[in-house]
Amino acid sequence: MKIWTMPKRIDVDKDDKEERRKGLSRRTFLVTGAAAGGGLLLGVYLPRSIGAKAQTAAEAFAPNAFVRIKPDDTITLVMPQVEMGQGTYTSMSMLVAEELEVDLAKVGLEAAPPSDELYANPLLGFQVTGGSTSVMGFWEPLRRAGATARVMLIQAAASQWNVDPASCKAEKGEVISPVGDRLTYGALVDAAAKLPVPDKVALKDPKDFTLIGTPAKRLDTPEKVNGKAKFGIDAMIPGMKFATVAACPVFGGKLKSVDDSKTMAIKGVHQVVKIEDAVAVVGDNMWAAKQGLGALNIEWDDGPNANVTTASIVEQMARASQNEGVVARSDGDFAKAIPGAAKKIDAVYEMPFLAHAAMEPMNCTVHVTKDSCDIWVGIQVVSRAQATAAQVTGLSPEKVQVHNHLLGGGFGRRLDVDGITQAVAIAKQVDGPVKIVWSREEDIQHDVYRPYYYDRFTAGFDAQDQLVAYHHRVTASSILARWAPPAFVNGLDEDAVNGAAKEFPYGIPNILVDYVRDEPPGLTTGWWRGVGPTHNIFVVESFIDELAAATKKDPVEFRRSLLGKRPRVVGVLNLAAEKAGWGTSLPDGVGRGVSVQFAMGSYLSQVAEVEVSKEGEVKVRRVVCAVDCGQIINPDTIVAQIEGGIIFGISAALWGEVTLKGGRVEQHNFNDYRVLRINEAPAIEVHLVKNSEAPGGIGEPGTIGIAPAMANAIFAITGKRIRKLPIKDQLRPA
Amino acid sequence: MSFKIKVNGSDHEVDVDGGTPLLWVLRDVLGMTGTKFGCGVALCGACTVHLDGRPIRSCITPIESVGNSAITTIEAIGETPAGAKVQKAWLDLEVVQCGYCQPGQIMSASALLASNPNPTDADIDAAMSGNICRCGTYPRIRAAIKQVSQSA
Repeated sequence: MKIWTMPKRIDVDKDDKEERRKGLSRRTFLVTGAAAGGGLLLGVYLPRSIGAKAQTAAEAFAPNAFVRIKPDDTITLVMPQVEMGQGTYTSMSMLVAEELEVDLAKVGLEAAPPSDELYANPLLGFQVTGGSTSVMGFWEPLRRAGATARVMLIQAAASQWNVDPASCKAEKGEVISPVGDRLTYGALVDAAAKLPVPDKVALKDPKDFTLIGTPAKRLDTPEKVNGKAKFGIDAMIPGMKFATVAACPVFGGKLKSVDDSKTMAIKGVHQVVKIEDAVAVVGDNMWAAKQGLGALNIEWDDGPNANVTTASIVEQMARASQNEGVVARSDGDFAKAIPGAAKKIDAVYEMPFLAHAAMEPMNCTVHVTKDSCDIWVGIQVVSRAQATAAQVTGLSPEKVQVHNHLLGGGFGRRLDVDGITQAVAIAKQVDGPVKIVWSREEDIQHDVYRPYYYDRFTAGFDAQDQLVAYHHRVTASSILARWAPPAFVNGLDEDAVNGAAKEFPYGIPNILVDYVRDEPPGLTTGWWRGVGPTHNIFVVESFIDELAAATKKDPVEFRRSLLGKRPRVVGVLNLAAEKAGWGTSLPDGVGRGVSVQFAMGSYLSQVAEVEVSKEGEVKVRRVVCAVDCGQIINPDTIVAQIEGGIIFGISAALWGEVTLKGGRVEQHNFNDYRVLRINEAPAIEVHLVKNSEAPGGIGEPGTIGIAPAMANAIFAITGKRIRKLPIKDQLRPA
Repeated sequence: MSFKIKVNGSDHEVDVDGGTPLLWVLRDVLGMTGTKFGCGVALCGACTVHLDGRPIRSCITPIESVGNSAITTIEAIGETPAGAKVQKAWLDLEVVQCGYCQPGQIMSASALLASNPNPTDADIDAAMSGNICRCGTYPRIRAAIKQVSQSA
């Protein structure tokens, strides 16, 4: 499944050939690989001199950009994807280990260096971890990388034994001959490295999988329970200083003047750095820098957005939504069908701007010299990090080293490099390495926000209460037009309608879905967990529930009646309904709501059991989620992602909202950007459907369907339809 | 000013302003980065360490208030019986996702279980609701605490 495609699409097979053609030897590869640090010690700064030594001493078998085997039997996966909690380090390793016939524990990881040529995400066309694409994108390339190495190692061993390769097999890091002789992979490195890389290799039949589909312990977690794991914010570089920053509180504004007389008198403060739209204070530690920043007297030029408010943005969107949009899907003829409808339902839905509030605040450590730039950071777009640093410093990209780290949460925030751009601009003025850390307030007030969405619906029933016409108009900013301009084609943002247009699963004779682009002034919009579908599944599944209610039908039965041609959707709906006890009685003030979705290649249905108190407080008591994501890689990680995704979605549904006044974001910290805590978390049951369909994504789908399930439950309890998120105090008695 | 503090059994002398929160002394001065910065105002619990076995938010604890108290951080919590059990349960049940908040979660859970080996759900809520996890690992945190308490 393709989410969107950049023009420069990299085919990994072709890439391998290309690499050989260009004479990019495995040695070149080792040079780039070694710069990223070794094994799981991603946070360790490996000085270039040590890296260089390792390069010249090492001989390795590296048949492609991903797999490297050394004579001492160390096996390394050069990891194209970044770990932000989703378990990709483990699932990607499982793909390679399965085909390479080695124990998972034998696979060491090394973060891939910046290279769109070698490490492009096959679905997105460049080096990026996002959109729940890792397993979908690398499912075949990484298995093929492992299988290629296995085939070549077997060939090397068979030649030494002078036997037919087909009579040999690979098992647990060894090749075994027909008479039981064994050679370890390490012993075969030299011979295998001399063989031509085969163009085609056969992958294992899924029925022979011994690792894929079985629960594997995560590779990244042992160091996350004892304080050893290194996130970007943990980079410690000899001689480094610490800085914190204040950007203009109004987006688009500039720094006018700074009086730093009080700041420079503070113990531990070294320097005040001014850039176009921000000021940073550099000190001996974060506290000195923070005290220094607080003591500055800053004058901002607020610029053109000084009067922007949420209300002014929504007013503009509401007006824009009256216009016809770019058609994203048209079945039958809605315009012709709707006038004849016996019953018409209209609704407008709204969803707010959202911050990400990852637990690790935005940060970046940078060391700029006249001919080099080193960056220590956790980022979802490694090559873009390199590119922006090159641009800001004026250095060529190969002079920029990106030392990528574990991410203390991504959720889409670290798909943008604004923090790196700013950090490099500051570091250019600092002598020696400097770690720039944003306060939580800065993090929330200078986020790249999930767009505001304004959705109009019209549906028509015939005289027999059959749904005959359906129109959904999405009005929103275009993330793709900013973030991946070539993917924004003919005025249609595929992400803005993702989940509402071609993925819309319901069979209705006349369907029209269109998109109106409307860019809000005063802030930048970007990716947020679940991207387009988090928005569309909320509005679609809420509106479908409205239609069920309008015809007095049971919400599950109504959906089923429209899903005849979608067996996998019906499968998860039935499973979730059954496991949740749909239709069984509940105490007063408690109700159930349902949602179904097809997004990121996976099918989910959620049933939320919600309680609304007399005071209008909403509590989610229990969530049952059925998941059909095709071929399962690591089942426990799927369950964990669904649990966590649901909790992430509940926070947003209940309270998540970024608002603007005077061009300034009104929220500050976890006091007014509230997120779910353990005492508020529901019991969650996840039921996995087992099949051998192509694998779907799993990092985001859990977040997508929870808000509509909650809102539909609230309707079941109170009769009040939630058409605007967050739910907040909408149920409080007047 | 110079302060003498005891961290994980070792003495350290640090020269910082007396108002400097313990968090930044640990992270930036001593280079012990296991303790995390999340909010700076005791709202999220990522910076939780133990002061004489009690869980405190190091981001609002000035160094001048620490005195002779023994500071224990995530780097050494595994040397305590409760801490070791919590770490094991965390791995057994695969609690961790991104892991950024987990040092704070583990410090809060270890303090809870050291003082109350059989916490009720309400006890768990009271001890753990100051620790935010954006990955949403709460169900597993609760289950892991219960696993430790059942094995006690």
